[in-house]
Amino acid sequence: MTVLEVRTRRWAGRVGPALLLVLVGLAVWQLAVDVSGVRPQVLPSPLRVVEQGWAYRAALWTNTVPTLQVTAVGFAVSLAVGWAIAVTVDFVPWLRQALTPLLVASQTVPIVAIAPLLIIWFGFGLLPKVVVIALVTFFPIAIGLIEGFAATDRQATNLLRSMGASRLDQFRYVRLPGAMPSFFTALRIGITYAVTGAIFAEYVGATAGLGIFMQVQKNSFRTDLVLAAVVVTAAVSVTLFALTYLVQRVVAPWSGR
Amino acid sequence: MKLRVDAVTKGYPGLAVLDDVVFDVAPGEFVSVIGPSGCGKSTLFDVIAGLERPDAGRVLVDGADATGHVEHAAYMPQRDLLFPWRTVLDNTTLGLEVAGVRRREARARAQPLFAPFGLAGFEHARPDALSGGMRQRAALLRTVVQERSLLLLDEPFGALDSLTRSEMQAWLAGVWAQYGWTVLLVTHDIREAVFLSDRVVVLTPRPATVRTQVHVDLPRPRSTGIALTESEEKVHAALTG
Repeated sequence: MTVLEVRTRRWAGRVGPALLLVLVGLAVWQLAVDVSGVRPQVLPSPLRVVEQGWAYRAALWTNTVPTLQVTAVGFAVSLAVGWAIAVTVDFVPWLRQALTPLLVASQTVPIVAIAPLLIIWFGFGLLPKVVVIALVTFFPIAIGLIEGFAATDRQATNLLRSMGASRLDQFRYVRLPGAMPSFFTALRIGITYAVTGAIFAEYVGATAGLGIFMQVQKNSFRTDLVLAAVVVTAAVSVTLFALTYLVQRVVAPWSGR
Repeated sequence: MKLRVDAVTKGYPGLAVLDDVVFDVAPGEFVSVIGPSGCGKSTLFDVIAGLERPDAGRVLVDGADATGHVEHAAYMPQRDLLFPWRTVLDNTTLGLEVAGVRRREARARAQPLFAPFGLAGFEHARPDALSGGMRQRAALLRTVVQERSLLLLDEPFGALDSLTRSEMQAWLAGVWAQYGWTVLLVTHDIREAVFLSDRVVVLTPRPATVRTQVHVDLPRPRSTGIALTESEEKVHAALTG
């Protein structure tokens, strides 16, 4: 067997059971809809969702693009904020005690209540959506990094100090690379929230995007198209999630597994 | 370089660790510090390495006060601490890079040591490709390549299995004879201390002070034998006495 074959088999072994479960679930759903004769406005069959999703693929695509844009900008802002906070806290230890409760408090803010206000404050443009995404995703990233830096071995710090390393050197040579596994775990948590955050933000107020598409279709009882948009959302999330592994392999190949 | 540990005393709140520790290390000498576990050997090392300041006393290098300075000593901690994000070669050059030596030159300085350290061919491997003994040799290489006057080795072979440990001790004795380093070794292994050292400094339980010093005037290269056993018994008697 070649390496590729081994990898493919291992991958199939890991994904196979989940895929099988999904297929069984879909089959049961299809059968239940066919047998009961429930109206598609209430519950469309999976085949109908696929069929109608394909028929409306142009509309789905034009609404996916703005959602992706919002997600990208929002997550970029979130990454910048998360890194800035974590690095600052790492260099100014007393800030850690001061900031951590505030970070936690920021997560208790009910986004559902805040999001409409953001629309009132910032309008229907990009800004309120970016704020919502950043608000839901910066926290795991900041905490993951802060804890990754702080988990640096004391003996490793001593070794660097014995070499005459400044605090900046210590950060560069040990604390930063050492935090990579923890950062990528945090990144994966963050990115799964990012797409959902974008859709939620659009739900509250937008002119285009998957969130607004779902709302419009729901109002006209096109349950099948709402579900088609859900499928697209899930596909986007899973793709982004998988992408983090690719990035990790490039940035920190030693940290996998 | 001549090192003098001059009446070093150090404690933490509610815990006296070192109490008036005095001893010397002559240039080119191999000295071991041995003591009951938890007696403060590592704290003593941190003070000599300049990582911790003593409450009282000084560390003198060639007669000059070097307390709290790090430049005189290269430090090898208990664990090898080879970083997985660097190749073996780049791990060994870390100290030079921190000291501002350019990467190319640092590599050129570390490279020739790979063969005598039994690491030839592993320059570009990742540390996890090395065996336990090889990792310790790489860590020692990282220590000596800094070309500091004193090597501080903190239980370097403590984590190895006994067979590998014996091999490493014999190997260390060999490279030490070849390069003429000044070495201060912390260990709790009497055999290791006697086998490697010109002199063994025996510490008391905490708060540690120097109980006695045993000179090991045996010819090198050494092998296990009656004479070695006699020195071992002397150290053992001093430790338990």
